[in-house]
Order: sequence, then structure tokens, then C-alpha cells
Amino acid sequence: MAVVEAQNVYKSYYRNSLEIPVLHDINLTVDEGLFLALMGPSGSGKTTLLNLIAGIDQPSSGSLKVAGEDIGVLSDGNLAKWRSRHIGFVFQFYNLMPVLTAFENVELPLLLTGLSKKDRCQHVETALSIVGLSDRLKHYPRQLSGGQEQRVAIARAIVSDPTLILADEPTGDLDRQSAEEIMTLLSRLNQEFNKTIIVVTHDPSAAEKAAVIRNLDKGELLP
Amino acid sequence: MKVLKLVTRNAFRRKLRTFLTILGLALAVMAFGLIRTFINAWYAGARAAAPDRLITRHAVSIIFELPLAYREQLLKIDGVEDVTHASWFGGYYVDPKNFFANFAMDHANWFDIYPEFIVPPDQLEDFNKERNAAIIGQGLADRFGWKLGDKIPLIGTIYPGDWDFVVRGIYTGRDESTDETLFLFRFDYLDERMKVESPDRAGQTGWYALKISDPNRSAQISRAVDSRFDNSWAETRTETEKEFQMSFIQMSSAIILGLRIMSYLIIGVILLVLANTMAMTARERVSENAFMRTLGFEGYHLTGLILGESLFIAFLGGLVGIGLLTLVAGVASEALSQFFPGFQPDRMTYLYSFGAAVIVGVLAAVFPVSRALRIKIVDGLRVVD
Repeated sequence: MAVVEAQNVYKSYYRNSLEIPVLHDINLTVDEGLFLALMGPSGSGKTTLLNLIAGIDQPSSGSLKVAGEDIGVLSDGNLAKWRSRHIGFVFQFYNLMPVLTAFENVELPLLLTGLSKKDRCQHVETALSIVGLSDRLKHYPRQLSGGQEQRVAIARAIVSDPTLILADEPTGDLDRQSAEEIMTLLSRLNQEFNKTIIVVTHDPSAAEKAAVIRNLDKGELLP
Repeated sequence: MKVLKLVTRNAFRRKLRTFLTILGLALAVMAFGLIRTFINAWYAGARAAAPDRLITRHAVSIIFELPLAYREQLLKIDGVEDVTHASWFGGYYVDPKNFFANFAMDHANWFDIYPEFIVPPDQLEDFNKERNAAIIGQGLADRFGWKLGDKIPLIGTIYPGDWDFVVRGIYTGRDESTDETLFLFRFDYLDERMKVESPDRAGQTGWYALKISDPNRSAQISRAVDSRFDNSWAETRTETEKEFQMSFIQMSSAIILGLRIMSYLIIGVILLVLANTMAMTARERVSENAFMRTLGFEGYHLTGLILGESLFIAFLGGLVGIGLLTLVAGVASEALSQFFPGFQPDRMTYLYSFGAAVIVGVLAAVFPVSRALRIKIVDGLRVVD
């Protein structure tokens, strides 16, 4: 079953009245359980495509179905609810809340689910144990290394068991060893838990962990 | 983890800035409350005025006196139930700095017409027996440590000379608005001495207080009184006690207006202080807010978080401000007791002061909320903290 189906997706931005095309005629299908790496040089449109798939940006034209939903027609409110159900996002700079502990950061998406405190606690502990941080529950982000912060971010992305995990340069701010650990962890999530993952990266060694690598160049998805 | 926890932790993310903001709010709330208390104290006399009392004074000015003979004529006017009178004595105790209000009053029925002054019956009896007896307010007794039987010498200014009194009664107020700092003594003591020392000033009093049967007829009775003395050598001006008190306040209306404007400016200052903090917060958290929306948090969640943080800071500022107001007003109350007896913030002042802080909390969140909601998620995520 396809989790992502992009057909003739076109995206452009306007700077003043000047149209700047970013993505051209993107056709992409991502099946359930696939670990896909999107590669390409800076400005090739990788992050823009990821943002479109995540439903935080809208295509200018074309059709984009993610997790069975045509996200181009959803209202902002419905899109937010859809994201909380189906998307787990991992950012290059972790985006952890500095005032919350690792446990509380991971718990954050669950506040939107209506789960009881006990259930939330169980989910968070499971997610943190998967990423190997069971002993860091009460640590604040400033008390963690970059690699540990990114693992907390991954725990946060998987805690609500989303349909799709999207990672935008997840190793971009990490040293070689931590980057390796993070990509191994994502690979494990894909293989052991059958999670569908799309990673945007420009690092070939990081992309090696993915089952499929697709390249973007100047807004076009190369065959 | 609860939303409130996130709100409070966000509020103290920059501890020094939040502390200074709360302090600024607190000082402004205190200043606002003090000004309102000051204005209230200014109007205290007018607020305490009874609706069933009229004051009749000389038509030209309060400094001119009225004949004692008017009393009998006033009693004959329809609607007037009783009449008493008093004169401003203007004496001081030992040193002119020791200012307090002192009146010569008609001991026969003054306390009948002014029932808000509560005098123990035995003390009132003693007061009525002795010509140079005085009844003083509890506040005045406390201020100078005077007690029953004490001999009090006053130095007269309007009625020059040394005047000796004996404290025969100490009154208390029926409620908080009653002035407990008055020094009241018998008019006949004053008049007898005037007859000897300054006969042309004898037989005259400062003003009359009329108890009327129906407050709704106060305008009609006032007109009847004044027309009764039209074309006499001492024409009168009669008004309700409240109008009488207000006429003194009107003399300082410009000051009151200035203070009112200042109190509103203080609210503006509070708003700027908090709005500045919240604007800085909004600028710092653009990417964080965008990220929250990526997780699925919606506009109303962000509105709740930002508004909650602003209100939380405003709430703390208001609370500390009210604490400071109570402390400072307590100190000021003693220092100003001779000018403003009962200088204490009332419930409404506390409510307005705290309410101002809360309203400011809401207003200060408007810009950050609109900014957080307006910015597109992808644009917000591009901002690096």
C-alpha cells in the first residue's frame, strides 16, 4: 500500500511578483515500510518536498495523497489533526523544548491524543527505551549531547506511532559517530517496527542506510 | 505534563527578564493603587455625606458667618426636622504642625443630627455638663495619646488666644468612612468668650446643618431656605452635604484630574513593560511555535500558551503590586493621617489595580499571538534561534 502518492506536484514561491519555481512535476510513490533517502545539493528542493509531504506546506499544483488523504484539500485545522495522527517529524536542530525534560518533550505530541496520564507515561517510556535513553528521562536538553538530543527527537517522532516518519537532515548537526548511530536507529525502526521513513540528506554515508535513494536536482526528481 | 506547567516554565525561561518585568508591573500596580487611594481619600468626606442633611452657609463665602438667630427661622421651614450649627475654630495644639480639624458645635443636638459619631452615653452626659468640655475622635486620641480627663490647650487662630479644654468624650465612627480625627467642643464656650473679648463676633456661627424629612425634597427645601433669607444682611446658600463637601474638592479639581490622568498613564506604562517582554518572547520563539504547529498543535493551543504566559506574569505582577500597595498604604496612612484620615485602599481599589494588571496581560499577548498565528510554518521553521 502506498503511503505517499505524489502526481505532477509543482511548487513555486513568489518573491515580490517574481515566481521562483522550486519543484517541477514530481511523481513519487512511497510504499508502506519503505526507508527512502532523498538526496540532492542545496537548493534542489529536498526540504520543500518533505514539507509538502508533511502537510506543513501546500503544492502549487498537482495531487499529493499521504496516508490515504488528499492533503491539498484539508483545512488548516484538519491538516493539524492529520499531522498529529500520521506524521512524525525529525529536524536537523532537534527542536526540543529547552524547558521540558526528555520525558516531557516526548510526551508533547501525546497531549493532543486524549490518552490518560498512565498511558502517556507508558508510551513515552517505551519510545525512550527504543532509542536507548531510558536513563535520561529527567534530563533537560542542555544536559544531553547532540546525539542524545536527536534520539529524544526521534522518540518524540515515534511516540504517537505515526504512519510516516520524516527526517530533515537528521545528522546534519552531528559528528560522524553520532550520525552513524542516528541512521542505524532509523534503520532499526524501519526494519524492526516496519516504519515508513523518508530522510532528506546530502550525506551519502547517511543515505546508505536507506533501502531506496532518490535524487533531486534543480527541483526535479531524477529517475 | 500539563499545559500550565509549560506556561510557568516558559514564563521563567529568562529569569532575570521575567523578574524585572514582574517588578516593573508590581511597582506600576502599586502606584496606580496609591493614586486611586489618594483620590478616594480626597472624596471621602463627600462619600460619607448623609443624604438627609443640608448645609446652610453664607451666600458669599464660608468665611462669613451667619446669625445664631437664623436657627429658629430654619426650624419653621417645611421639611426641616432639626437644626444644629458649627464653626471652624482653626486652633492648633502647641505647634502649628500639629494640625487637626477642630469645631465649635451646638452640643444640644449635634450628635442627634450626626449619628455616625458614636459617643458612650455617660461621656456625652459629662460633655453636656461642662462648658469647656471636648469630644475627640478615637484616631485623634490615638495620635496624641489623649485620654478622658486630659486637659488640652489649643492656640486659636481665627479666634485668637489660649483656649483650654478637657476631654470628656471619645467618639468612634459608625463605619470606615467616618472621620475619627475631629476635635469637637461646645459652641457656647466659644460664644461666651466672644461676648467678652470681641462682642461683634458673638452670636454668629459658621454654618447650619439641617436634618430634613425627605431627601427627595432637598432641592425644594434648599430653595425655601435661601429664599427665606433673600435680601437679608446675611443671605444664605443651602445645598446638600455632599455638594457642600464637593465644593471644597472642586477647588483642587485640577490636581485630581492630573492624578487621574497619571493613573491611566501608569496603566499604559504597565502595558508597555509587559508588551515589550512578550514581544521579545514572540521573536525568540518563532521557530518553536512553528515546530509546535508541525506536531499538530493548533492556533488556539498557541494562543492559550502565549496568553497564559502573559497572564501569568501579569497575575504575579498584580499580586506583588497589591502586596506592596498594602504595605506602602499602611505606612502612608500614618504619615498622612492628619490630612487624610482612613487613607487605606478599599476593595474596589484592589480590584481595579489587579484588574488593570490582568487586562494588560491580555492586551500584551495580542501582538505575540497574532504574530505566532500569522507566520507560515515553513517560514517559522527557517528561523534559527
